[in-house]
Amino acid sequence: MLPSSFEYVAPTSVDEAVQALAAGGVDAKVMAGGQSLLPMLKLRLARPNLIVDINNIVGLDTLEESDGMLRIGALVRHGHLERSELIRDRYPMIFDAAQRLADPLTRNRGTFCGSIAHGDAAGDWATIAMVLGAELHAVGPNGAVVHSAVDFQTSMFETKLGADQILVEARIPMPKFGQGSSYKKIDRKLGDYATAAVGASIVLDGTTITEASIGLTNVGPLTIHAADAAASLVGKSIDDAEAFEQTAVLAAAISDPVSDLRGLAEFKRELVRVLTKRALRTAGARAQATEA
Amino acid sequence: MVGTLAVTTTVNGQERELHVEPRMLLVSMIRDLVPETGTHLGCETSSCGACTVLLDGKSVKSCMVLAVQANGREVTTVEGLETADGWHPVREGFKEEHTLQCGYCTPGMMMTSVALLAENPDPSEDDIRKAISGNLCRCTGYVNIVKAVQYAAKKQQGLSV
Repeated sequence: MLPSSFEYVAPTSVDEAVQALAAGGVDAKVMAGGQSLLPMLKLRLARPNLIVDINNIVGLDTLEESDGMLRIGALVRHGHLERSELIRDRYPMIFDAAQRLADPLTRNRGTFCGSIAHGDAAGDWATIAMVLGAELHAVGPNGAVVHSAVDFQTSMFETKLGADQILVEARIPMPKFGQGSSYKKIDRKLGDYATAAVGASIVLDGTTITEASIGLTNVGPLTIHAADAAASLVGKSIDDAEAFEQTAVLAAAISDPVSDLRGLAEFKRELVRVLTKRALRTAGARAQATEA
Repeated sequence: MVGTLAVTTTVNGQERELHVEPRMLLVSMIRDLVPETGTHLGCETSSCGACTVLLDGKSVKSCMVLAVQANGREVTTVEGLETADGWHPVREGFKEEHTLQCGYCTPGMMMTSVALLAENPDPSEDDIRKAISGNLCRCTGYVNIVKAVQYAAKKQQGLSV
C-alpha cells in the first residue's frame, strides 16, 4: 500500500511551515504524528499534493503549566501524556484516556493536537479538550488564531482549522479547587476506538455541584457536547443519585450512534447512559479528594 | 513526477545515505534499500505491529512512518540485536521459551520487548501484556511471549533464568 505521490517539506520553524502550507494551496496537509493521516494516504482517502512535516520544529513538544493553563504543544505524543507525572497528578481525565488510546506503538508517535485537528468523532482527545474547555491555538498566514474546543469540529473530518492554519498548541485551564474529572471508555479490545466513551468534569463547593461538563465520543458524526445534561446537575448534591440518573438519560438522548460492527445503536446509547453515570461518579470522588 | 530526497540515517549503528521518494514508507526503505528483511510487513494498516522498529529508541510501526522522517535519526531493527558477544537477552528468551511458530510477528514482538525493558527493566505480567497489545500473534498465542519477556528481564538484571 503506497500513498499517491506528494511533495514533502520538513521546515524547522512555525513561520516556515505556515509559508510552505500557504504555498501548497488547499491540497497541502500538515503531518504531526501521522498515525491517522498515513492510513488515509495509504487507502488514498487523502491525496495531498504536499506534506508539511512539523516534526523537525523545535519547541512544539511543550507540556507544562504556565499562566493558569496546561500547555500541550503540537508534538506532544500520546505516550508523553501517558508517562507524565503532571498529567497523572493533576489531569486524571487525560491520564485515563492516555492509558487506553490506540496501542503503545501508536502512542509513541501520534499527537494530542493532531488527533483533534483530524476531526474524527472517534478521537478521545477532542472530547477531553471539549469537556475541559481547551483553547486551540493555531497560526495562519495572518498570524495567531484561537479556536474553542467546544465547537471545533464542524462535520466528519472537518474542523474550524483553516486549510492554511497549523494547530500549534492546546491550552487547558488548570484545575480549579474542588474540580474532578474522569474519562470512561468501552472498547472491544485494548487499542480499539471507543464503542462509546464519556468524559465528565465536576466542580464542587462542599457537596454542591457548581459546574459540570460532559462530552461523548464516537456516538454520532461529531464529538458531542452534552451541555443540557451537564447543566441539569448544577446546584445538585454530589450524593443525589436521581440527578445523576436524569443527567445520564439526557446525555444518552442526545447521542446519535449508528449500528456497526461495534454494536447496535440502542446498545451504544445505553452505554452512554451507563458510562455517563460512571464518569460522573469518578469525577465526583476525585473532586472530593481534592477538597479533603 | 516527484523526485527523490536524500536521507541520512543511522541503521543499526551504521550511517547510511539513501534516496527515497517522499511517499516511501520506512518499512520499505528498511527492507528494499538498506536492505534488511528481518522487519516484516504485515497488515500495512497499523493493526499488527509486525513492522515494529525503534526510531530514536522509541518503538514505532515502520509502516506508519515515512522513510524521509528517518532523516537525521537512528533506526534499530531486529538485526540490530545481534551482538558480538552472544545473543541479545530478548532473542535468547524467545528461543528458550518456544515463543514462535510461524515467526511472522516475532521481529516486531522482539523490538517492542526491547523498548519495554529499556523503560521498565522489571515489568509485571500485566505490564508486558499491555506493552505487546499493539503486536498481534495469530498462531502460538501470547503465553510463551510473556514468558520470553520475563526471561529476558531476568537475564538483563543478571538474575538466573
